[in-house]
Amino acid sequence: MKKRVMIHLVMAFLVAGLFMTVSCQKKQIAPATTVENQPATSTTGSSGTTGSGSGSGSGTSSSGGGSDAGISEAELAAAKAAAAERRFGNQDIHFKYDSAELSSMAKMVLKDKAAWMKANPTKYVSVEGHCDERGTTEYNLALGELRAKAAKNYLVNLGIASSRLSTISYGEERPLDTASNESAWKKNRRAHFVIQ
Amino acid sequence: MMSQNIPNLKTSLAWCRFKMILLTVLWAMATGVPAATAQQTYTYININNPYISKIPFAITEFKSMNGLETERDSALIANEIMGRALDFTGYIQIMNPAAFLVNPAQTGITLRDINFRDWTGIGAEFIITGGVTARNGDVKLELRMFDAFKGKLVVGKVYSGPKLQIRKMVHKFCSEVSFFLTGKWGVFDSQIAFVSTVKNNKEVFVCDFDGSNPRQITDHKSITLSPTWSSDRKWLAYSSYARGKPDIYIKNIEENRGAIVNFKGMNISPDWMPNQFKLAAALSFSGDQEIYLLTGKGEIIKRVTKSWGIDVSPCFSPDGNKLAFVSKRAGVPQIYIKDLRTDRVSRLTFEGKYNTSPAWSPDGDRVAYVGVVDNEIDIYSIDLEGGAPIKLTSGQGDNEDPAWSADGSMIVFSSTRQGGRSRLFVMTAGGAYQRQILDLPGKQTDPDWSVGIRKK
Repeated sequence: MKKRVMIHLVMAFLVAGLFMTVSCQKKQIAPATTVENQPATSTTGSSGTTGSGSGSGSGTSSSGGGSDAGISEAELAAAKAAAAERRFGNQDIHFKYDSAELSSMAKMVLKDKAAWMKANPTKYVSVEGHCDERGTTEYNLALGELRAKAAKNYLVNLGIASSRLSTISYGEERPLDTASNESAWKKNRRAHFVIQ
Repeated sequence: MMSQNIPNLKTSLAWCRFKMILLTVLWAMATGVPAATAQQTYTYININNPYISKIPFAITEFKSMNGLETERDSALIANEIMGRALDFTGYIQIMNPAAFLVNPAQTGITLRDINFRDWTGIGAEFIITGGVTARNGDVKLELRMFDAFKGKLVVGKVYSGPKLQIRKMVHKFCSEVSFFLTGKWGVFDSQIAFVSTVKNNKEVFVCDFDGSNPRQITDHKSITLSPTWSSDRKWLAYSSYARGKPDIYIKNIEENRGAIVNFKGMNISPDWMPNQFKLAAALSFSGDQEIYLLTGKGEIIKRVTKSWGIDVSPCFSPDGNKLAFVSKRAGVPQIYIKDLRTDRVSRLTFEGKYNTSPAWSPDGDRVAYVGVVDNEIDIYSIDLEGGAPIKLTSGQGDNEDPAWSADGSMIVFSSTRQGGRSRLFVMTAGGAYQRQILDLPGKQTDPDWSVGIRKK
């Protein structure tokens, strides 16, 4: 019985995670399509919510009810793996203006990424460094490379083979949000992770 | 197209010269200044002076020599091109023809036809007259520039060629005007390379000095950036993601040949060494960004910088002996100068926390660059001998990517001041007379100004 409760809990987290993924996905350009193409949404609850894309606040409670339909553990594991992969691709790390330093938040996210890469030893990852539009094109290319390398080096220090990680800088050429304000700039100063 | 000189009227020229020498000698005798120095004023204006006031020019209606329709047509076209080109310089004020007391198209276009008091009286310092003759489908264009106060012909030229070449003929004459006034041939036969968005990609384009005649040069269907001209105008170098990551493409724009610099990592920000088939660029194959000297075939000659972290955007001094570049070695991006002969590095910019995109002036005495202060991105210019930076743009959008014209009189740059979309603008070297030069769809950035075909 205790196991059953645990499964419910895991499901709750998973579906909540999916909601966050969905809300992130909306504004993403090229990388988002790669993620969507992957065969993922296997649980009934999650496929329904992906379509609706409604507010994430109600997600947790509805998932609790939806999972009673009887899901095999294999299905659950597959859903969990798919969700983890989605999160890996969708969760960026963010940087301060004109900085390639990893924040404590970024390091937490990177630890999560390292865990996923250890659990999926056949996967290769490209780390993209991005900048906000402020500042100049060439300098931002240079800065974006430092951001990508900072993320890669951290993952290598956590035990991921360097050969599994490549880096590329897009400078300010591929913003997530094209607006010219603080919140857009914050989103755009990022390292993005693409499973190859 | 052919061109020849119009000689000054012999008698008046001789008399003029005699008068000038006489006056100079008398003045020299009276003041004790040697006559040679007093005469050394071939340069009418100094284009490096940011505070020059504009010289009033009367461009008169051009005359159709045989009264033919086609001549009148060509005369109008030539007149308009002349007005636009001279206005473009930023140091010539085109006078309103409504103020003119006479019309040389009727009263005559040569020295003996002109009563200079008609022109000095309305404030004109120089007068331009033109005559158009249609000949076997070709056009003969005679153009004269008179000094209204000295009452003499200062530039006189006859050009002939097909009607389609009128623009070129007029621009040749404008080069003569520029040379007379400044000692330099001006911008009229130069071109500007730049980047424009095409769908969701960026490609390299080239246009004439005034933004006219834009044409797409690359078709990588990718992000393409930082075009730079070689001194002979035959080569463009730029970086592009055409093969998935930033590599440098060295491209001969007349023939279909070139090279690709595609070391591991990033290959960006090329700059041609003046008068050499060599470039500087930032490469990161070693695991760290450094600036390297490359051959025109893309082979590494040597590493130039030795500092961990960002080193990018090299820009040669006009003599090729020094490199300005951007480095983050002091924690924030600043501009440094490396002497390639002594290996000495010195820091150029100290004000502000973000100074990038150096562009060395053709005279070698200044560097224009981009500074970011309180989220405002503007163009500055700093004297290499020291002194405070001068802010050239202010309070009008983001202003980036400065590049000098080969005569040092102007700077082309990109600005978002109109509607938030980046477009190309020009200004004088002192920051005056800022205006848009090109109206294309999409965003335009990264301009680089070529040298003229004609050099001193």
